[in-house]
This record gives sequence, structure tokens and C-alpha cells, in this order.
Amino acid sequence: MTAIQTIDLTKKFKKRTAVDSLNLSVEKGELFALLGLNGAGKTTTIKMLCCLLSPTSGDAVLMGDSILRQPAAVKQKINSSPQETAVAPNLSVKENLELIARIYGSNRSQARSKADETMQSFGLSDRSKDKAKTLSGGLQRRLSIAMALISNPEIAFLDEPTLGLDVVARRELWNVMKGLKGKITMVLTTHYLEEAEALSDRIGILHEGRLKALGTAEQLKQETGKTSFEEAFLALAEAEVQA
Amino acid sequence: MRLSAFASRTSKEILRDPLSIVFCIGLPLFLLILVGVLNQRLPYVENFAIKNFTPGTAIFSFSFLTLFSGMLIARDRTTSYLARLFASPLTGSDYILGYSLPLLPLALLQSAVFFITAFFFGLPVTVYVLVTLLVLIPAAVLFIGFGLLFGSIFTDKQVGGFFAIFVYIASFFSGMWLDLNMIGGTLKTFAYALPFAHAVDAAKAALSGEYPSIFPHLLWVIGYAVIVFIIAVWAFRKRMKG
Repeated sequence: MTAIQTIDLTKKFKKRTAVDSLNLSVEKGELFALLGLNGAGKTTTIKMLCCLLSPTSGDAVLMGDSILRQPAAVKQKINSSPQETAVAPNLSVKENLELIARIYGSNRSQARSKADETMQSFGLSDRSKDKAKTLSGGLQRRLSIAMALISNPEIAFLDEPTLGLDVVARRELWNVMKGLKGKITMVLTTHYLEEAEALSDRIGILHEGRLKALGTAEQLKQETGKTSFEEAFLALAEAEVQA
Repeated sequence: MRLSAFASRTSKEILRDPLSIVFCIGLPLFLLILVGVLNQRLPYVENFAIKNFTPGTAIFSFSFLTLFSGMLIARDRTTSYLARLFASPLTGSDYILGYSLPLLPLALLQSAVFFITAFFFGLPVTVYVLVTLLVLIPAAVLFIGFGLLFGSIFTDKQVGGFFAIFVYIASFFSGMWLDLNMIGGTLKTFAYALPFAHAVDAAKAALSGEYPSIFPHLLWVIGYAVIVFIIAVWAFRKRMKG
């Protein structure tokens, strides 16, 4: 089953075209990585899919609902972790999680039990009562991602989820994401190419708002004739590294 | 359910910041006590009589609701917290009410603290005090509306800077410190074109039991509150659409 289908999805900001006629299909349960250099259109694409930005033209259908015609239905099925750490600073870890669970329709006791489960999965139980603002940057990031997953979304958008995490925290998060593969559809943007290679079922590479390449990491290497994924990415993203 | 969860978050964010309690209640309370003590030692000044100064203190304290609600909204925007919530099932009215409603009980608490304190400085304990608390509600809504507006158009740092100007205008032109009749002329006309002096006069009239005098002033306050809220909701919804 198709979880996400974009149809000529386009976003223009005055004269600049950030996303240009994007046609993309993501299967249910797939972990899809959207890669590209800065300004390639990754975040704009995610913002449109999350109903945060209206497309200039085109549409996208998420789990059968259009972002243009049924945004309320789309919002009930998705959740997102923005690029910046987005937590309520004066709420405790548990309160932050309960708040998101309740916003997505859980009652108080359901929210409490979901928060307990999520804290367990993300190793946040021992900081349950601490205010979010007292957590380290890495733990705040972990909380932010936990908040994106507590509502059991059908589709989760994770924008640079491991930015700023240390190696251990990043690996822990990778394990969480691997555990969710097949259960929920995840769209990931990242600048860490090894992350995309290790986690993703398929990878889409955006360049100047257009989809330049699509396939598994292995397919993209074969397509470019490169031995490493980083070289393949550089070739596909049309980047020139100056010596 | 969603609204109550979000509104509860607004209360916690503001009340758990010690600065908000210091400024919303502590500073105005200190000024009220200072004026109350000075009244007992210095010759009578009409403006600083406790029955006149207490309503002004309440209005002055409401301006800090503008600061803290504005900063909360602006911070939620700049940290992407609002972007996260905009992608959730919360609706436009959930945001507006969720940011505004929790501040009304705080406004009532502020006013109640000041009037109870004023009793110790000779303010008569009458039913008029309860009427005054009700008359202050539209003024509280007005200041909360300003907070929503500032939070929707400024960054959290800009809200702090702009508030310095706002609190000066609100307190000076409310007639709290200076008798506007004594100033007269263009400044008095200007002051009464703004809502702040009307808010204080409506509360003073309520406290004196002069009910017919309340409504002309209250209508100004309600009119301004409606206009400010309409602009704030428009600005906020514009932000929601990216």
C-alpha cells in the first residue's frame, strides 16, 4: 500500500522554486530518506507534507487523504520532529510526552501509560520529572523525537533527527528507528550519509527542488559507478568539492 | 480534551517561570504597598488615594500578561515548537483559546491580591470590589490580546524590547501616576483615545459604586479588546499558514 504519493508537488517563493514538480511514492512501513545539499528543498517538502506550507501547485496524498482537501485527516495520522529541538522548556519530560499524546486524542490515563512506555523505549525514565530545559542538548533531541512517536503515527517525519547527538545517542536512536521499520512509515532527512545508508529502505536525492535520483543505497552506487555512497551522493547532488 | 491539555501547558509555562510571578504580582504589589505606606505619612494626593491607585495597579499588572504571553508565543515560534503543534490535530481556535484562557484566572488572582492588600490600607470592604473585579475582565482580555498580537509578529527578543515602550505608554496614559485632568490638553485627549485610561476609570467608577459611569469607559475597553483580538487572530493565522 502507498503511504505517501506526491503529484507534481511544487512550491515557489516569489521567483525561487524550492520544490519543482515532485513526483514521489513511499510505501507503507518504509523508511525513506530524503537527501540533498542545503537548500535542495528537503525541509520545504516535509513542511508541505505536514500541512505546514501550502503547495503553489500539485498535491500529495497521505494514507488516502489529500493535504489540500483533507488536512485535518492528514494531521491526525502524522507526527513530526522539526529540525530544531522543539520541546516545552518548563514542562517535565513526562508532561511533554503526555501533552502530545493528549493533543492526538489520548485521555489522561492513556497519555500517562503511553508516556511511561515511550520514556522506557527512549531511555528517559530516570529524567521523567526533570524539566525539559534542564536536559542536555542530546537528551532534549531524544525527547523531541519521542514526542514525534508517542502518538503512534502512521507516518513520522523526522527532520535531521540525530543532529547534535553524540555517537552513542545516535546509535541508540538508530536502533529505535530500526525497531519501528515496517510498523510505521518514516520519512527522514539527514546530512549524515552513513545514517541514510544504514537505515533507509530507499533514498531520494533532491537537487534544486527536483528529484535527481531514487533507489536503494546500493542501486545509487551502481547507477553512478561509485564505490562509496558518499561519492555517489556527491555525483548525484552535482556537488563539486574544492581541494 | 485537546484545548484543555494545551491550555494547561500555557499555565504551567508561565506560572513555573519565577520572573512572571515577580513581575505580574510582586512588582505591582510592592508599588501598591509603597504608595499605601506613603499615603499614611504624606499629605493627601487624590491620584495616590488607595481607592484610586488600586485599580491603576491592577491595570499596570495586566501589562505583564502581555509580556509573558507574547514571549511564550514568540518563543514557541522561534524554537519550532509551534511548527510541531501546527502539524498536529490542534485547530486555530485551540491555539487562540489555549494561549488566552489560562491567563484570565491569573488576571483575577492578580486583581484579588491587590484589592485584599488595599483593604489593609483602608479600602472599604464592599460588594463594589467584586463588581470591580468583573469590570477588570475586559481590560485583562485586552492585554492578553496585545500579548497574542506581539507574540505573532515579533521574535521573543523583540517582544521584550517592544514591551518596554508598551508598558510605558500603558502606565503613563492610564492616569495611574499622573492625573490626566491636571495635564489636560492634547495629552489628555490622546490618553482618552487609547483604552488604558478608560480601563482605569471604569474600575474606579465600579469601586465607587457609580455604575452609570462604568459603561462609557467599558465600551472603549471592549471595543479595543475586540479590535486587538481580531488583528491578533489574523496575524496568528497568517503565521499558521507559513
